[in-house]
Amino acid sequence: MAIVADDTNGLLTGNAAAPSGYQYPDAGGHFGRFGGRFVPETLMHPLAELTAAYERFLKDPAFLAELDNDLRDYVGRPSPLYHAERWSRELGGAQILLKREDLNHTGAHKVNNTVGQALLARRMGKTRIIAETGAGQHGVASATVAARMGLECIVYMGEVDVARQEANVYRMKLLGAEVVAVKSGSRTLKDALNEAMRDWVTNIDNTFYIIGTVAGPHPYPAMVRDFQAVIGRETREQMLARSGKLPDAVVACVGGGSNAIGLFYPFIDDADVRMIGVEAGGDGIETGRHAAPLCAGKPGVLHGNRTYLMEDDNGQIRETHSISAGLDYPGVGPEHAWLKDSGRAEYVSVTDDEALAAFHALTRIEGIIPALETSHALAYAAKLAPTMRRDQTIVINLSGRGDKDMHTVAKLDGIHL
Amino acid sequence: MSVTTQGRIGGMFERLRAERRTALIPFVTAGDPTPGVTVPLMHRMVAAGADLIELGVPFSDPIADGPVIQRATERALEAGVRLRDVLDMVRAFRAEDSQTPVVLMGYLNPIEIMQPDVFAAEAASAGVDGVLIVDVPPEEAAFIADPLRAQGLDLVYLLAPTSDAERIERIAEVASGFVYYVAVKGVTGAGNLDIDGVGAKLAEIRERIVLPVGVGFGIKDGISAASVARVADAVIVGSAIVGRIEALVETPNGIPDAVGGFLAELRGAIDGADAS
Repeated sequence: MAIVADDTNGLLTGNAAAPSGYQYPDAGGHFGRFGGRFVPETLMHPLAELTAAYERFLKDPAFLAELDNDLRDYVGRPSPLYHAERWSRELGGAQILLKREDLNHTGAHKVNNTVGQALLARRMGKTRIIAETGAGQHGVASATVAARMGLECIVYMGEVDVARQEANVYRMKLLGAEVVAVKSGSRTLKDALNEAMRDWVTNIDNTFYIIGTVAGPHPYPAMVRDFQAVIGRETREQMLARSGKLPDAVVACVGGGSNAIGLFYPFIDDADVRMIGVEAGGDGIETGRHAAPLCAGKPGVLHGNRTYLMEDDNGQIRETHSISAGLDYPGVGPEHAWLKDSGRAEYVSVTDDEALAAFHALTRIEGIIPALETSHALAYAAKLAPTMRRDQTIVINLSGRGDKDMHTVAKLDGIHL
Repeated sequence: MSVTTQGRIGGMFERLRAERRTALIPFVTAGDPTPGVTVPLMHRMVAAGADLIELGVPFSDPIADGPVIQRATERALEAGVRLRDVLDMVRAFRAEDSQTPVVLMGYLNPIEIMQPDVFAAEAASAGVDGVLIVDVPPEEAAFIADPLRAQGLDLVYLLAPTSDAERIERIAEVASGFVYYVAVKGVTGAGNLDIDGVGAKLAEIRERIVLPVGVGFGIKDGISAASVARVADAVIVGSAIVGRIEALVETPNGIPDAVGGFLAELRGAIDGADAS
């Protein structure tokens, strides 16, 4: 089910809706052999209810109009498509365009989804919001919409991430959310997701779980994609308005994969547009210390869906490593797994060091401080651009701003803030 | 129509039904706190009145488990216990006990990576009787259910307070051995159970499922075990046992007696309820 209503003409809907030749997922939430709904029985009925509500509201003009309004007036959409002329010139190849999701309210693409899910929560009569977060961007985006709607909000965050993203923890608290530091397992994003699912099982009557990425059990991968696809729809229109052409390549970082799928999805039918997802290579794929399941993992089942995972030979989930908390996750959205296997999208990785170099380059050359997650996409695009002609274009999803990463980067530079 | 059960699980429930008794099913995490503890503990639990043993297979991300069983899982993983080791434990148990059914309870990923048909064959040859895969609902089960059935293994399914008539019927089509009613909305070890609510839901389940119904989650002592025994075919106790194991991780030699003593108390309470 995709957002295809054509009876409004807003930001969310409009002419460039869902790709026509691409019908995923199926009714059970499967993208080929990936996806599905692998959860304890207690969650099966709530997931069916959520799916039904979601499909109903997507055909409801009043819901879509409210969503369009919020995306325009609260989030600040449409976000600009910015031509990074100086950086393009320096790289000496393709023209680089940045889709400025960092300019959204709360500073990242995450809010596109939380605004949508919060509207859904309210219409379903839920009074309590829970969310998991890695870098804290989804936690902040969830706490933000909960504050606006007067809903109780609990954010689960691994203890390791609480320590490395303290500014975002404080933002969530200011917004009235309770931040629960998760101390089990690797104490990062995957454990925060475990804990949020446990909370949901316990409090399903009044609680809406806002998953922040395109993973989890059906309908989450499809639903989050549909809410994030506004990124790609706008990009498509902006490219056509600007040059009458589509981009030659679209590039985005992939942790769970929500900003990437949001950019990719409206281009899926455009076979000439290369789609490239960039995973976190950490210390390097060969070291095993990374978070790149599409590049170096194998299929398995975690957090409600079948997808590529980082796991050992006994099916235990491995600890991951990335400089960026938001990419530090052993799984990936099932639609990316499908796009990889079908060959429609390419997935690569860059290391912590390469991402950090790109972080500094964009900051110094364009005056834009990107998130460390986003810096992975920038780093790959910086390798790709010189191999292309000057009349070709690459759109990078500038998925978030780097304010939250000041402490991490300063520490690497030996500076104590 | 439910799948008729042959084998140890069906036989056990038939015998108890004839005797008008309720089964006692303890759960322990295999290899908690060390691999050597588990097989002697299984024998001790049988001696104390266990009718079937559920063995938890350690998995790194146990989303349906509360803190007590999460910690047991972490201890077992830390001790190096993996699915193949759990199968070895069952094989060792079977060398001395050919009667008591054993059900493995766990998550899909360690089974899937072994390959469903390989797992089914090895589990059957080790002496496993049934498998409960917490994160595999009937909708996703075919690829694993077929190989398990082909090896004569029962597929035990969970039912929850949120399972409506349609879901109960769907599970009735695929479940065998018994069904496991999760008495509270929550993770293992959570909350207190509302026994009137459980009784009402069990009546609804029994209209649609002919298999024995076990009830678990929230049973902590003789009183709650006895109240569940009045409405269920089996009383399932996990976190209350695992908590007693956790208290003795420094002195694991004391674990079999501590758990045995607790199970004897539960057995007494259940038998008292059955007799009244």
